[in-house]
Amino acid sequence: MSIGLYILVSLIKIAVAVFVLLTGVAYTTLAERKVVAHIQNRWGPSRVGPFGVWQPLADGLKFIFKEDITPPFANRPLYLLAPILSLTVALTAIAVVPIGPWVTIGGVHTPLQIADVNIGLLIILGLTSIGVYGVALAGWSSNSKYSMLGSLRASAQMVSYEIALSLSLVGVLIYAGSFSLRDIVTSQSGTFLGIIPKWNIFTGQFIAFFIYLTAAYAETNRIPFDLSEAETELVAGYHTEYSSMKFAMFFMAEYANMFTVACLATVLFFGGWLGPVFGPPILQALLPIFWFVVKVLAFIFVYIWVRGTLPRFRYDQLMAFGWKFLLPLAIANILVTALIVALK
Amino acid sequence: MHLALFLIFGAVCVGAAINLLVQKHPINSALSLIVVMGSLALLYLLLGAEFVAAVQVIVYAGAIMVLFVFTIMLLNAGEEEVLPHTSCVAVMLGVPGLIVGLAIGVWVIVRYAGLDRIAIGGPQVLNGTEGFGNPRAVAHLLFRDFLLPFEVTSILVLIAILGAVVLARREE
Repeated sequence: MSIGLYILVSLIKIAVAVFVLLTGVAYTTLAERKVVAHIQNRWGPSRVGPFGVWQPLADGLKFIFKEDITPPFANRPLYLLAPILSLTVALTAIAVVPIGPWVTIGGVHTPLQIADVNIGLLIILGLTSIGVYGVALAGWSSNSKYSMLGSLRASAQMVSYEIALSLSLVGVLIYAGSFSLRDIVTSQSGTFLGIIPKWNIFTGQFIAFFIYLTAAYAETNRIPFDLSEAETELVAGYHTEYSSMKFAMFFMAEYANMFTVACLATVLFFGGWLGPVFGPPILQALLPIFWFVVKVLAFIFVYIWVRGTLPRFRYDQLMAFGWKFLLPLAIANILVTALIVALK
Repeated sequence: MHLALFLIFGAVCVGAAINLLVQKHPINSALSLIVVMGSLALLYLLLGAEFVAAVQVIVYAGAIMVLFVFTIMLLNAGEEEVLPHTSCVAVMLGVPGLIVGLAIGVWVIVRYAGLDRIAIGGPQVLNGTEGFGNPRAVAHLLFRDFLLPFEVTSILVLIAILGAVVLARREE
């Protein structure tokens, strides 16, 4: 492939990925309000369009037309940098996620992934660790006690849970023998007895999956670990002082991070795009993407379901749970997995 | 392409490092240091050491600098006061002198360590090792060739952590 064609194909892929991701983010906010409403015996948004389907557009317009306020004693450059950093990092992480196998469209042979790199997982972990700065700087630069407390809580929480999260993935890496997300997916192909797929969740990484999911909820500051924006104590936590599109950027970053977590869970534990493929060639080409999307949406639903079900942790409980339970469990999981692989 | 990227990120790295020293506010200095770490990671990437680049971002730019920023936020450190005794002569002579001294040092090291044979963006020229710098090669070095030093270092780090805990503990 020539360099010009490569850049063109990459740009198309980036445009499609950003469009799909942002639309997904917008409609996840609607889905969340709808599902939580039904959990709480309400209807949720139902006025804008049939079943409220245009609600995200109305929300977007409202955000754009709101007054953009900068507090008088805020550190202006950092106050502006924080939401930009959060959203950029959140959107970049999707670049290394493979949503399907290699395809040939119009004579161009290309992977269904923006960047097929051999350190894909490490790139996502690196971006996650950079994402902490968005939250930390937002709280500090706002010059408000609620923001400050929220961002201190969020950064400490994200740094602590990142360790358990990273360690929970080591088992999968030992099985796959590669950091490349594409290799990790292909290492999960095949079935037991022709029925049960050889996804990592069924081949012994069950505990790792739950460590990952719990730590990821804490990483994305979602209920039951949303201490950083605990409304009852901190107004809105680290983004208390933000309004208009700057607030919307934090919101979009949070939901984009949910998508990254869901994609990663799908790729690492649920076989990515793998699933039954049948029918005519066009169906065979589309089914892997369909399976991937179904799995990701299932994880998004679990996110919303957990939010509608669980209460918030106390901060000391959160820290004790992360350091004294999840971390030793993740290390034990690595030891057991390594022993199994070594004895095979 | 490689040379252009090297020049850009090398310039960013040096610029951020100078900014780190010039800035009055500690948080701006800390952020400059993060930029330095990030551009260093990109330079490693240009040398074909993708694993080291990723670790540089995760460990230095991510974990360690977060603790720096965290401490600055917690202490709520304000702007640094300008030192009254800044000698004009020292700045005029010291800065060029320092640059010349560093340049001579780098030249000597590069000349005698044979580093001038290394080309930017050419992992294949480094000892002709296959897959130099990828996770597998680094793992082979750490867990096979240098296993004992690696494990001893980890014990050393553990002792350092214990020491920090003991020192930081309040007297009962």
